[in-house]
Amino acid sequence: MSAAAPSTPSTSTTPTPAGTRTLPAVTEGAGVWTTGPRGALLGLGVGAILLLVVAPMTLSGFGLDLLGRYLCMAMVAVGIGLVWGRGGMLAMGQGVYFGLGAYIMAMHMTLADTTLEGESIPTFMRQNGVDRLPELWGIVQHPVVAVAAVVLVPTGVAGLLGWAIFSRRVKGAYFAILSQALAAAFAVLIIGQPVLTNGSNGLSNFHSLFGWDLSDSTNRTILFLVVAAVLLTMLAVTWQLYRSRFGELLVAVRDQEERVRFLGYDPALVKTVAYMIAALFAAIGGALFVPVVGIISPADIGVVPSIAFLIGVAIGGRATWLGPVLGSIAVSFAGTQLASVFPSFWVYFQGLLFILVIGFLPGGLASVTGFLRRRKTSETIEMEVTR
Amino acid sequence: MSPRATLSAVLPLIAVLVLTGCGERYDPEAEAAAQQISPESCVDTEGDTVKVGLLNSLSGTMAVSETTVNRSLNMAIDEINADGGVLGKQIEPVTEDGASEPTIFAERASKLIRQDCVAATFGGWTSASRKAMLPVFEAQNSLLFYPVQYEGLEASPNIFYTGATTNQQIIPALDWMREQGHKKIFLVGSDYVFPRTANRIINAYAEAHDMEVVGEEYVPLGSTEFSTIVNKAMASDADAVFNTLNGDSNVAFFRQYNAVGLDAQSLPVMSVSIAEEEVPGIGVDNLEGQYVAWDYYQTVDSPDNQEFVTNFKDRYGQDQVTSDPMEAAYTSVYLWKDMVEEAGSFDVAAVQEAADTGGSEFDAPEGQVSVDGENQHISKTPRIGRIREDGLIDTVWQAPEPVAPDPFLDTYSWAGSINGA
Repeated sequence: MSAAAPSTPSTSTTPTPAGTRTLPAVTEGAGVWTTGPRGALLGLGVGAILLLVVAPMTLSGFGLDLLGRYLCMAMVAVGIGLVWGRGGMLAMGQGVYFGLGAYIMAMHMTLADTTLEGESIPTFMRQNGVDRLPELWGIVQHPVVAVAAVVLVPTGVAGLLGWAIFSRRVKGAYFAILSQALAAAFAVLIIGQPVLTNGSNGLSNFHSLFGWDLSDSTNRTILFLVVAAVLLTMLAVTWQLYRSRFGELLVAVRDQEERVRFLGYDPALVKTVAYMIAALFAAIGGALFVPVVGIISPADIGVVPSIAFLIGVAIGGRATWLGPVLGSIAVSFAGTQLASVFPSFWVYFQGLLFILVIGFLPGGLASVTGFLRRRKTSETIEMEVTR
Repeated sequence: MSPRATLSAVLPLIAVLVLTGCGERYDPEAEAAAQQISPESCVDTEGDTVKVGLLNSLSGTMAVSETTVNRSLNMAIDEINADGGVLGKQIEPVTEDGASEPTIFAERASKLIRQDCVAATFGGWTSASRKAMLPVFEAQNSLLFYPVQYEGLEASPNIFYTGATTNQQIIPALDWMREQGHKKIFLVGSDYVFPRTANRIINAYAEAHDMEVVGEEYVPLGSTEFSTIVNKAMASDADAVFNTLNGDSNVAFFRQYNAVGLDAQSLPVMSVSIAEEEVPGIGVDNLEGQYVAWDYYQTVDSPDNQEFVTNFKDRYGQDQVTSDPMEAAYTSVYLWKDMVEEAGSFDVAAVQEAADTGGSEFDAPEGQVSVDGENQHISKTPRIGRIREDGLIDTVWQAPEPVAPDPFLDTYSWAGSINGA
């Protein structure tokens, strides 16, 4: 396949949303943010200095809170990069796992505040005519249980769902639709249980996290540092994953699932594990989003936010290591800035950029330099992404 | 090499967790005390102008309604500025888009207070947006003026509620229906907090007043499928419907309601979320003769209202209508001005103090309103209206005098199950 060819006709019968396009090889060399060990260390080091030192010293409290929110969204993007970019599974419902993590954390924080304030049940429940704490809430009362639930519940759900879906060889657009329907159903479920979840109002008005005062500025800075450190850790983990046997297998499954099966591997297992990791990252992002932003509502977890998570990933470059995270942060930042200047138009800018990238630069902005370099040398390996 | 990469990321995490020994633990009592004395606000009152925030959804599903609120807020500000401003300072509005999302409302509120240093903020529409902003205004100790009727059961010291609470809208509507001889009521609403709370109030009211709720149905926000519900309403022996649907669902509901042959004569509907600006969207044909409950209609006959309507039309076009939330928003700016001038300061504590003691009043388009210092709501005049063939609404009943706000329904003996008392 010629490197300069912008697109090739599809040879697969699988319906593909973006058509069959060439994507830079993800193994070695190609793509500006697909780096070797030295580059990875450098990338993480620069990121660590920027986030852990420069940001807390230069940004105002408000700026730090905003950046904290961007980083939480970026955690979801890292997971999407893994399943979509590397695994070829267009996960359009990551809001489900983001929401699970967020709601578990929010339930715990609401309960902790209630206890500290000397009440037995949260105010919204009392106003809904409930006089006993529902058992589902009682479970997450203890902080250790809550943190364990943030990790275990979403990965468990993703494991069960993933295995059920992938072992039946559901893929391509069918998987995308299924995952999106999940997000829609989950939001409806949350809204429809006002006694348990406070419905469309969501959970908000948190004062403490594990006993620490959330309005204290030192605590807020520490919270930001934790968020930044968690994101950096996720990036280190993904970098290792991408270089591991599992990472190679995942790409192989994306590009030639049948061949992988003939070689004796179970593609369903590989895909399920990737899906579980993405769910875990999304859940951690959600759990940290709650103390940083101070609210979680169904509007943050449904279909629209689930798709919004994809935009940054696509723009940054879904198959690259740092593309999703940088794309996600850039899109969030642009959103905030543009919305202040053009309150009613900014969404169109975002949509236009998304269309342009999907249409003309399927590898995302990360592939720009690789694309240019290839034009010169035409010596790079290319792979076909069919879904 | 690779273990090192992991280590380089995990080390900072550990370091951070160790550092976590520095901040303050949360203590609710200390917090409450701190809020009384520490208004570390950055509001600049030295110059010739004072900034206020206007936070409405200018994009997303709520934009149609909230844009009109934004307009009446701007109109009130311009009027006050032309008249010399507040404490001699011109008001400088800073507009932000809430984008119809609670999280965005919270974030923009934070921006207005911490970055733009506004003296007060006007806006919000859905209960979800208000609930999202409440902790921000409390933590930053700033003021929000919220202009929409809502489900009550709230009284934050940092929020002034200038729309109706339940005893200024839902309870008068029930009183009126009972007077008209309606005994069996069918409830239909969108599935969120306002309809659910409203219907709990209606159930408690019915039980205490020898009325009967013969059906209670909810649809998801934005749902357009009503054939089952309409048929259930028809099959029930209800003599009236109480409608707490919100937004687009009303279009589908009334269309299907009329399609099966129901209308204002055979089975009247009392709606609490349909105002003048929503009528054309639903279609006057489907609504003529139906009832609504608010505290203001464009047709209110008073010099103050005539001036308000004329000015609004001159400013934004002769085809524009005025509605209850717009009027409440307009009123809120004047009430803020009144309280600030009474306090002689833009300081939050001073304004709250002025509200507590002064009993700020304003001759609003709806009639005289006054601030209740205790719960920060305002007294308003409930009105039952009937939709005309031209889409405007006639008052068919109004309270003889403004009704004092009672957000927790403390003065109603039958409401114990609602306020949790």
